[in-house]
Amino acid sequence: MATAHSKSAARIMIAPAVIALLVWMLVPLCMTLYFSFADYRPMRGVFDAWIGFGNYASFLTSSSFMSSLITTFWMVGGILSITIVGGVLMALLLDKPMFGQGVVRILVIAPFFVMPTVSALVWKNMFFNVDNGLFSYLYKFLGMQPFDFLSQAPLFSIVIIVAWQWLPFATLILLTSVQSLDSEQLEAAEIDGAPALSRFRFIILPHLSRAITVVILIQTIFLLSIFAEIFVTTNGAFGTRTLTYLVYQRVLESQNIGLGSAGGIVAVILANIVAIFLMRIVGKNLDN
Amino acid sequence: MSIKRSLLASAVGLGLTAGIASAEGHATTITIATVNNGDMVRMQGLTDDFNAKHPDITVEWVTLEENVLRQNVTTDISTGGGAYDVMTIGTYEVPIWGNNGWLVSLNEGMADDWNADDLLPAIAGGLTIDGELYAAPFYGESSMVMYRTDLMEKAGLEMPDAPTWDFIREAAAAMTDRENEINGICARGKAGWGENMAFLTAMSNSFGARWFDEDWAPQFDTEAWANTLNFYLDMMNESGPNGAANNGFNENLTLFQQGKCGMWIDATVAASFVTGADSTVADKVGFALAPDTGLGKRGNWLWAWSLAIPTSSEKQDAAKTFISWATSQAYAELVAGKEGWASVPPGTRTSLYENQNYLDAAPFAKMTLDSINSADPTNPTVDPVPYTGVQFVAIPEFAGIANQVGQQFSNALAGNQSAEEALAAAQELTLEEMEAAGY
Amino acid sequence: MARAVTTQKKIMWTALAWAFGLLMFFPILWTFLTSFKTEAAAIADPPVWFLFDWTTENYAAVQQRSNYPLALMNSIIIAVGSTILGILLAVPAAWAMAFVPGKRTKDVLLWMLSTKMLPAVGVLYPLVLLAKWLGVMDSRILLIVVLMLINLPIIVWMLYTYFREIPGEILEASRMDGASLKSEILYVLTPMAVPGIASTVLLNIILAWNEAFWTILLTTVDAAPLTKFIAGFSAPEGLFYAKLSAASMLAIAPILIMGWFSQKQLVRGLTFGAVK
Repeated sequence: MATAHSKSAARIMIAPAVIALLVWMLVPLCMTLYFSFADYRPMRGVFDAWIGFGNYASFLTSSSFMSSLITTFWMVGGILSITIVGGVLMALLLDKPMFGQGVVRILVIAPFFVMPTVSALVWKNMFFNVDNGLFSYLYKFLGMQPFDFLSQAPLFSIVIIVAWQWLPFATLILLTSVQSLDSEQLEAAEIDGAPALSRFRFIILPHLSRAITVVILIQTIFLLSIFAEIFVTTNGAFGTRTLTYLVYQRVLESQNIGLGSAGGIVAVILANIVAIFLMRIVGKNLDN
Repeated sequence: MSIKRSLLASAVGLGLTAGIASAEGHATTITIATVNNGDMVRMQGLTDDFNAKHPDITVEWVTLEENVLRQNVTTDISTGGGAYDVMTIGTYEVPIWGNNGWLVSLNEGMADDWNADDLLPAIAGGLTIDGELYAAPFYGESSMVMYRTDLMEKAGLEMPDAPTWDFIREAAAAMTDRENEINGICARGKAGWGENMAFLTAMSNSFGARWFDEDWAPQFDTEAWANTLNFYLDMMNESGPNGAANNGFNENLTLFQQGKCGMWIDATVAASFVTGADSTVADKVGFALAPDTGLGKRGNWLWAWSLAIPTSSEKQDAAKTFISWATSQAYAELVAGKEGWASVPPGTRTSLYENQNYLDAAPFAKMTLDSINSADPTNPTVDPVPYTGVQFVAIPEFAGIANQVGQQFSNALAGNQSAEEALAAAQELTLEEMEAAGY
Repeated sequence: MARAVTTQKKIMWTALAWAFGLLMFFPILWTFLTSFKTEAAAIADPPVWFLFDWTTENYAAVQQRSNYPLALMNSIIIAVGSTILGILLAVPAAWAMAFVPGKRTKDVLLWMLSTKMLPAVGVLYPLVLLAKWLGVMDSRILLIVVLMLINLPIIVWMLYTYFREIPGEILEASRMDGASLKSEILYVLTPMAVPGIASTVLLNIILAWNEAFWTILLTTVDAAPLTKFIAGFSAPEGLFYAKLSAASMLAIAPILIMGWFSQKQLVRGLTFGAVK
C-alpha cells in the first residue's frame, strides 16, 4: 500500500529524530570513545591522547567490575520482580468493583511523580534511619531491636525504594491490559467451575504476558541507570555499587576520565546486549 | 531570556569579547558555591550586610550538600572553570588545585583591613603553597572528644585533658546503658574519605600507622593498621550505637544532642552545636583532646572550609572583596552582634582566641585552639611519610581511593566482613589504584 | 448477568484496595505531615501523627534560604520545553514508522532505544566540555535539548505503539477520497492520535521534571531547577527532617498535582503497545 511517494515522505519525517539522536550518540559518544583510549586525569594535569587499551584492561580486570555486574543484576532483577508481581496483583485489585476507585488509583500512582532524590532522602531518613526512622519505632513498638536496614540489608533497602517508585508505572500498564480482558471468557470459565487460581494461570496471565514484557523492557532501560537512589543512601557502600555507580566513581571521585570513559563504553556495550535480547522477546511478542 | 543568553554567550565565543567586557564594572554579579553547613547558611543570611557595604556587587548563592557541591565544583574546575567566582573548598583540595594553577593567589588584592598575619599558622599553612595563600579559611576545625560530664561522673571516672584510647574505650564501656539508649561512644562509620576515613586516618596516626611508606607503598597490611581497625571495631561494637556504619557527622550530632552518646569524637565545630539551643544536653558537655596511645601523635585532624577564587573567574576583584568580607574579623563581630559570640565561625584567627567575649561565651574555645595547634599536616605520622595531610593524603587520587577503602571499613563495622578481610581488600585496591596512577 | 456483585464483596475489595493505596501513599503523606512539624516533633519518640502544633515555619525557612520561584520556573520551562521539542521531532518519526514501515523500521527503533542506555556519567566530561565550548552552560536551552534527547527514544516508542493501533483502513479510505498527505495527517489522524500524544506528553514531563543528574551538573544558578534546589537541603549539619520535608514537598507538589489532575489522560495512553 505504501507508494514510493509516501516512502520518501516517511524518510523525511523520520529524519529529524534520527539525526538528532545520531548527533547525540556520535558527538559525546565519540568523545567518550576517544577519551577511553587516553590517559586523561585533569587533577594531575595529565592528558596523553593514546595509551591503547590500557583503560579497558584495568577496568575489566579490576575486581570491582565483576562485583558491580552482579550487584546490577540483583538490583535490577529484584526491582523487576517486585514491580511485576506487585503490579499484577495491584492491577487485578484495582479492576475489582469498589467504592472510591478514582481516589485509590490516585493514591497508588502518586509515588511515580516523586523525584528519585526526594524519595531516596525520605526513605533513608524518615523510614530506614535506625534511631529516628519510622521502621525503628515500629520495631521498638513490637518489642524488637531496631533493624539497621541500610547496612544490614542495603541492596534490599534500595530495591524497596526504587520498586516503590516504579510499582505505579507497572500497575498502570498492567491495569490497562487487565481492563481489556475478555470478561465473557472469564465468566464462562467461572461457570465451568474453574478455580480462581487456574483462571489466573490459564486466562489472565497469558493475556498479560505482552504487557509484562513491555514493563520489563521499559523499566530495565531506566533501572540500568539508577544513580540518585544509591548516591543518597549508601554512596555505593555495603555492596551496592552497580556498574553505573562504578563508572561514576571512576569519573567523578577518582577523577580518572580515561578509565571512567572506558567503563562508560563497556556499560553501553553491555546495555545494548541486554537491549537486543529484550527487544527480540518483545518484538516476538508484539508481532503476533 | 535563555536563548538571548546563549546567543550572547556564543557571540563571546565568536570573539566579540571586547565590547562586552567593558560593560562590566557597573553591577558585578559573583556566583558563590558553598556547602549547606550551618555557618555557611548563616553567611548566606547575612548577605544584606555585604550588599550594604558593597552595593556594586550582587551575590548569587549556590548552596549544596557537600557531596553534590564537590561534584559540581570539581567538574567545573577540571574542565576549565567558569561557573563560579568563589568556591568553598577544603584543606585537601587547595594544595592540589593551587599546584595545578587553578586558584588565584590571595597575597595581593584583599581588602586593607583583612589581616593575613592574624590567621592561625596551622590553618594558613595548609592553604599556602610556596608562600602564596590560595584560599582564605572560613572556619577551621580539628577533632576532639566531646563527652557528657554527668554520665562520666555517674561512671565514676574523670576525663583527663589528654586521654588515651584505652581510657576512652574503658570509659565508653562504663557509660554504655543500652536500656536507656545511651551509647558510650559515637564516631563516624559512614563510608567516605571525608567521613569515616577522616576519623580512621587521624586515629591510625596515633596508633603509629600510615597510608604509605616513603616509597608510596600502601601500608594496610601492617600491624599498626590492624591494631587501629580492630580497636575501632571492638570499641564501636562494645559501646557504639546501633547502625553506626551509617552514621556520619550529621547523624552523630543528632544522637549527641538527643542525649544518646556518652562521648563523641568529631570535629571541633560541633562544640557550638552540642552546647547550643538545639541540644538537650547543652549544659552537661565537657571537652578533651583527641586520644593517643603514647606514641607521640594524637588522633585529631585538621581541616578548614575555605573560600577560593578560580583563575577562570572574570570577576576576581569582586570575589576578593567578598572573601575579605566573609573571612574578616569584622565578620566575626557581625555574627556575634546578631547571634552571640558562640556562633562565630571558629578556628581561623588568633585574634578570636584572644577576645575575652569569645572565650567567655565559648567554653570549648581553648580546647579547639589546642586541638588545632596540636595537628601537624606536614609531619602527621609517627613514621616518616612522603605526603602531607593529617586525615588525608594530599594527592589527587586520594579521594577516590579513600572512598573505596572507607566502604570496606564501613562494611566491617556493619559486621558484614572481618577486619582482616577489610584490610586485605583495602590494601589490594589501593595498590591497584596507585599503580594505575603511576606510583 | 452471571455475576451480580454482592455488596459484601465490594466492601471487601474496597477495604483491601484502600489499604494498599494508603500504604503506597504513606511516605508522601508522612513527608507532608513532617513538613508542618517543628524539628523536635519531627523526630519525637513515639512519632506524633496529627495532633501536633502545625507550623509553616519550615516553609518560611526554606523560602528564605533559596530562590524557590526561580527553581520552580526553571523546572517548568525545562520539562515543558524538552517535551514540546521532543514531540515535534517524534510525532513525524513515529508516524512514518507506524504507517509506512520499512524493512529497517524495527532496527531503527531498537537503535533509538539503545541510545537511552548511555550511562550519563560516562559522557559527563564530553558534554560539559562541549557545552562550555558552545558557551551554553547553565542555560535552560541546554537542558531542554539534553533532556529532550535523553527522552526522545521513549517518546518515539510510545507514540509508535500508539499510532500502530490506529486502523490502516481509515487511511486508505481518506486516500481514496483524494486527501493529500497533509490533510490526511491534519484532519484524519491527528484527532485520533490526540489521546496518545497527551499521555506521552504527560509521561515525558514527569521524566524531565525528575531527572537529577544532568539538571544538577549542567547548571549553576540561572537554569537550576528543583532537583538542584533539593540538593541544598539534604544532609546539612544536623538532621533537619522538618525542613527537608518542607523542601521535598515544594519540589514534588507541582508535578504531583499535575499528575493527579491529568491521571485519566496519562493512563489512557500509557500502554506502550501492551494492549492489542
